[in-house]
Amino acid sequence: MTTHKSISFTLNGNPVTAHAGNHQNLVELLQGQGLFGARESCAQGLCGCCTVVVDGQAVSGCLTMATLVDGADVRTIEEPQAGEGGLDAVQQAFIETGAFQCGFCTPGFILMTRQLLDAHPNPADDEIRHYLAGNLCRCAAYPEIIKAVRLAAKKRRG
Amino acid sequence: MATTLGKSNSGSAFGRSIPRVEARAKVTGKAEYVHNLRLPGMLYGKVFRSTVAHARIRGIDVSAARALPGVHAVYTAADIMRLVPDPHYGPAFHDQPVLAIDKVRHVGEPVALVLAADPHVAEAAAQMISADYEELPAVFDEIEAMTSKAVVHEVLKPAGTFPDLKHLKGKRDTNIALDFHLRRGDTQKAFAAADHVFEHTFRTQQVLHLPLEPFVTVADPTPNQLVIHTASQSPSFVRIEIARLLGWPENKVRVKVPYLGGGFGAKLYIKLEALVAIAALLAGRPVKISLTMEEQFYQITKHAATLRIKSGVSKDGKILARECEVWWNGGAYADIGPRVTQKSGFTAPGPYDIDHVAIDSYALYTNLPAAGALRGFGIPQLVWAYESHTDMIAKALNIDPLAMRRKNILKEGRPQATGTLMRDAGIEQVLERLAQRMQWEKTFDRGSGKLRRGRGIAIGFKASISPTTSVAIVNVSADGSVMVNCSTVDMGQGSDTAMAQIVAEALGVPVESVTLVHPDTDVTPYDMATLGSRSTFHMGHAVRLAAEDARDKLMKLAQEVGLSAETTSIPDIFRKKYGMQAGNIVGVGSFIPSYAPPDAQGQTDNATPFWMIGATGAEVEVDTETGEFKVARLVNLVDVGRPVNPAIVETQISGATLMQLGFTLTERMDFDAGQVTNASLADYKIPGIRDVPAVMENEAVDMVQQTGPFGAKGVGESGTFGVSPAIASAIDDAVGVRLTSLPLTAEAVYRGLRANAGKPLQD
Repeated sequence: MTTHKSISFTLNGNPVTAHAGNHQNLVELLQGQGLFGARESCAQGLCGCCTVVVDGQAVSGCLTMATLVDGADVRTIEEPQAGEGGLDAVQQAFIETGAFQCGFCTPGFILMTRQLLDAHPNPADDEIRHYLAGNLCRCAAYPEIIKAVRLAAKKRRG
Repeated sequence: MATTLGKSNSGSAFGRSIPRVEARAKVTGKAEYVHNLRLPGMLYGKVFRSTVAHARIRGIDVSAARALPGVHAVYTAADIMRLVPDPHYGPAFHDQPVLAIDKVRHVGEPVALVLAADPHVAEAAAQMISADYEELPAVFDEIEAMTSKAVVHEVLKPAGTFPDLKHLKGKRDTNIALDFHLRRGDTQKAFAAADHVFEHTFRTQQVLHLPLEPFVTVADPTPNQLVIHTASQSPSFVRIEIARLLGWPENKVRVKVPYLGGGFGAKLYIKLEALVAIAALLAGRPVKISLTMEEQFYQITKHAATLRIKSGVSKDGKILARECEVWWNGGAYADIGPRVTQKSGFTAPGPYDIDHVAIDSYALYTNLPAAGALRGFGIPQLVWAYESHTDMIAKALNIDPLAMRRKNILKEGRPQATGTLMRDAGIEQVLERLAQRMQWEKTFDRGSGKLRRGRGIAIGFKASISPTTSVAIVNVSADGSVMVNCSTVDMGQGSDTAMAQIVAEALGVPVESVTLVHPDTDVTPYDMATLGSRSTFHMGHAVRLAAEDARDKLMKLAQEVGLSAETTSIPDIFRKKYGMQAGNIVGVGSFIPSYAPPDAQGQTDNATPFWMIGATGAEVEVDTETGEFKVARLVNLVDVGRPVNPAIVETQISGATLMQLGFTLTERMDFDAGQVTNASLADYKIPGIRDVPAVMENEAVDMVQQTGPFGAKGVGESGTFGVSPAIASAIDDAVGVRLTSLPLTAEAVYRGLRANAGKPLQD
């Protein structure tokens, strides 16, 4: 009932070859690689917990078929960063502002914030709210997340 | 890091906004959740669920599922009963079967379980199962359940651990799982003497916790023990209840809990654990079940409720007497509903000084998914009713809402409805500070044209669930580093950080030298559960006592080897004693507050170890042409005693408020014949980042809980209390439309506007 194929892709900068079922999504593929930071929650691409960056674009891992990343550049929250302690400005800002509680949605928010700041280095609050509207946080640390994005923008500007 | 027990470190840990101890793990995606766990040989379970609300099971056909290649096993209740003859569980009633036995009582109830090494195979096989049902009349409404001929449970089965439930044992043909009554003074006489009598009825809807980490449990049958890894707020309860079901001693069951991806009261008592544990034992292999988001809608919910309040009031606004009747829609299984009925029921008259009070609170079984505790243990439902009622009275008597509250507020030292005197309850402080921040005495901009503005305030209070026990161990290693073994679960509220701060404060060591051992019933001692904002107070005391015990033992050890503990570093004390870096000092702490159970009239002089207070002020803007409204400003005030970590406390206040904002404005489980018709995040709207009011202010008033650890008490729920009624009152203030049912929708406001204009809409 299912078929598998061998796929090759770059995972956080390292070449990887994996067996992917045609029924498997990207979250399952990453779990097979021992990475659990992209998490399936709503399974409908509505909560952002499964966010993964594929060829420079944030996608919902739960809606991306595993076989589609054959040949792609895949980056996850686990990728070590160049900043202090292996954390980038966004991660540091999330820690400093306390922008999470349970932490389950946090990887998605951080990856989306990086993309936001790449596109808009100095976003207004409205832009932050608009850009992060596809990520849900049931602990509702939203006010702190907005502060974190502002702080990260400042840190990145230096 | 050479640390001493010197006083120099004292006061450096408590009350400081340090980042969470697990912050780095969470921002790198490496924090440990049960979700991450995979064990060798593990099977995945998929549940086959009832499609009907109430029925006898004539037969279950699992043959096609069993025949599917890759399926390891398919179990029904008959298989479960081979291992556990009476597989019913529950914290208050042993009413919930591991898999449905003979009967199903709600849509979504687990009927059969498929196990397979590939979760996709398990899912495909579960869809091949069919059940033959003989449908029975069902009851969904809590008021109808009082007298309905449809009876959800033929016989009541109280768990026996609660003395106040014993009289219900064996009671037949009723849906009333528990009735709680309180009488103080003489309400009838007071009503007769009052200038005015007001009576209003309110309704709240069924909603759910919806943690983004759905329920997940893994059970691993090792040769010597059954090890359960579970996303649970109550590891000690899971161990005791699974051991009871299996007839095993507690130490044969080991329950481990890493971080939780949200809890909010959902992940309490037994959820998936009994099914996963028994399936793993039957299969002889590790088993994991992860619910989907849709399945979460059938696991546990928050009580819908109908609340009737009647008050006798003098012409100048003094409340003389109050009667409260509350009907809690508990769904098909009692879960902790009976506790909600009693423990929350007794605060139903609100934080007001009323001489004559009568309360009748009923926990009802219906054929809906079970209801339990959700961030407030029934209190947000009660505050919704009594604060709306307060403003409706104030408006009728043309009294300002703040003046109405000032006139009646329950002051320090005065008796609450149970007779318990209020102590360290900052009700007045919270109300006055709220009035100040809202600038209540100043003229308010009421808008113009089609946009009208209004404002409202609401205040609520809550008792702690009592009496409950926490035990902790503080283990000082020879290098001076400290481990804290406690079964409090960090589900995002920051308890690991708070406990580390309390221990550091009590020991006088830097907070960086303290780490937490996560709940593991083999090594972390008993704790009642992480619920009801109890951990800071109860476990806070237990870890404080354990730290003080360790400190005393270290002092004694130093004295024994001829050193001064105040000037010698901890490692040097150990080195002097053992000749090298060796040994441990282990301190133990156990805490249970004093408590007096209520008498037959609901009276007691010691109802709770502490009170939680929360108030919200809201400003709204309403479009009079469409009924659309937006919450422009929310001001949230709480009394949490001394905040352990002010930054985390603020996040808890605003998080609780925003969660309640969802329950106030958008969240509602919709049902058709017991089936949830909006069981997904596409159709069930929780607050997103764009729903945060433009202005939100949170503040913990300057209070000290004299009986708390370093003056602290619980914080997790207080932010929820006032949100719904404050917004409803602000809408009424803006456009004269008083809503009495949650959620508050634009449609309801528009209908109200049309009705006020004498042009009501058809239904």
